[in-house]
Amino acid sequence: MNSVPVDYYVLLSAVLFAIGAMGVLIRRNPLIIFMSIELMLNAANLVFVAYASVFKSFSGQIFVFFVIAVAAAEVAVGLALIVQIFKAKKNINIDELNSLKG
Amino acid sequence: MTQPQLTDFYTILPFTILVVWACLLLLVDLYIPKGRKSITAFLAAFGLAGTMGFAITQTGLSSTGFNNMVFLDGFSTYANMLLLISGLLGIAVAHGYNKRMGIERGEYYTLLLLSVSGMMLMAQAADLIIVFLALELLSIPLYVLAAFTRKLESEEAGVKYFLLGAFATGFVVYGTALVFGATGTTSLTGIFLAASSGTSGLLLTIGAALILVGFGFKVAAVPFHMWTPDVYQGAPTSVTAFMSSGAKIAGFVALLRVFATAFPSISADLTGILWAMSAITMIVGNFVAISQTNIKRMLAYSSIAHAGYILMAFVPYGNKDVLPVSIAAGLFYLLTYVLTNFGAWAVVISLEKAEGKGLELSDYAGLSRKYPALAAAMTVFMLSFIGFPPTLGMVGKFYLFRAVIAGGFNSLAVIGVVTSLISAYYYLRVVVNMYMRDGDPVAEREPGLAFTTSITAIATVVLSFIPQWLFLLASTALLR
Repeated sequence: MNSVPVDYYVLLSAVLFAIGAMGVLIRRNPLIIFMSIELMLNAANLVFVAYASVFKSFSGQIFVFFVIAVAAAEVAVGLALIVQIFKAKKNINIDELNSLKG
Repeated sequence: MTQPQLTDFYTILPFTILVVWACLLLLVDLYIPKGRKSITAFLAAFGLAGTMGFAITQTGLSSTGFNNMVFLDGFSTYANMLLLISGLLGIAVAHGYNKRMGIERGEYYTLLLLSVSGMMLMAQAADLIIVFLALELLSIPLYVLAAFTRKLESEEAGVKYFLLGAFATGFVVYGTALVFGATGTTSLTGIFLAASSGTSGLLLTIGAALILVGFGFKVAAVPFHMWTPDVYQGAPTSVTAFMSSGAKIAGFVALLRVFATAFPSISADLTGILWAMSAITMIVGNFVAISQTNIKRMLAYSSIAHAGYILMAFVPYGNKDVLPVSIAAGLFYLLTYVLTNFGAWAVVISLEKAEGKGLELSDYAGLSRKYPALAAAMTVFMLSFIGFPPTLGMVGKFYLFRAVIAGGFNSLAVIGVVTSLISAYYYLRVVVNMYMRDGDPVAEREPGLAFTTSITAIATVVLSFIPQWLFLLASTALLR
């Protein structure tokens, strides 16, 4: 049991977080950007549960529940916004959301 | 661990009242007929005013609640008052505007109340879990409000704000996770104890820096400011007025609390970052504002620049002797900023026409002829933004500069003074347009707007003559 050192989890989560952050910056489709943000949140969740088992403390696991619940609430609002944009433009490419400029 | 007591609920009484009121309002609003949503606005304002009454009764109290999850102290009471004031002004400027723009729907006020309650929870947070929850509670209603007009520009603003806000949340959560990994706790005082007993390290510093990045997005500090002009321009102006004041207060209050309570031991690593962020935010915000011709974008860059000024209060946060003064200066400047900012946006709202007309700087030409009072008020706000006497902005900047000089960061104070001088160019351009050019502007006369403009203009001037009293109030608002 418990043979994988916690550093590996942290490294894995750092990689996941970096992939997520790069995805947000590079990809042009809001849905993909959205998935990348979820990846960033889940990278954080991985750190929380890894350290929760190291510290034998529940607070890390409880934080994960909060993150999951709040992310779900955020998805509801975000998808509604994206659907509205799609209805108006039949297209959701971020590069074409450029009516605001100056 | 103990079960929650009644006293625990007392520590978050204003927050609880506001949340319950907002939920009730959502239901009551269903029974209010369509053309009479003024009733909802009035009820929401009543709820905020009542909450403010309860918040006043908590003055001078100092305790914690829910097993050290929330603080109640002078700091949180001061911030709560400031947030409730911005909520009230937010309703005052929105009421007539929404009717005029055909977006008068009851949810507006419920969302605004929920956002204010999130901001208040943020001011009381004593644990990073609460900081995270409060951040989301304040942000999610704002995403919806930004897209409230359901026009393309507004929806675009909503999506942009949402995507970058969620991105920022990712940074805050990951930073929190690393801090938890480094210290084994998410409680702010617990982090402080663990960090000062020497278990800290790279993980803690990286975690703190990531939290700073996340909040940098929220308060629109350079280099995390790219969303601000677009969102401020695309969102309904009433929302922009509220967002640029309330969300900024909440972000700064949380940053002050988290950094001063949890991270003093790593101040050597963070002070340089904060210094650079503050300096670059002042420089970029003020320089880019010069080239703007749309008043909403100009004020957006001005709000970025002011984030830089407020960030100055953070730079000496590791210095125990200077910390009380710089916290008080930061809180004082937040009050200054709220009054001036709401006033300026109220003037913008009174000149705005449907279809986004009336928002160019040239639309302000000739304002002093036709509406001398409105032009005079706008002049007061512009002077206060510059930091010119006799306005509150001058006093606020004076306290900020004094705090950073006391902390030994003279060069930062010099950058602040120089950028303030540069900012005079674009703020005074509005004044020149109003007084020296000819034009035929048409301003709306609405009671809410008249109230906001006059009260903020008077407060900006009158309070600048009794700043010692206000500064004393801010100094008593110290952290536990």
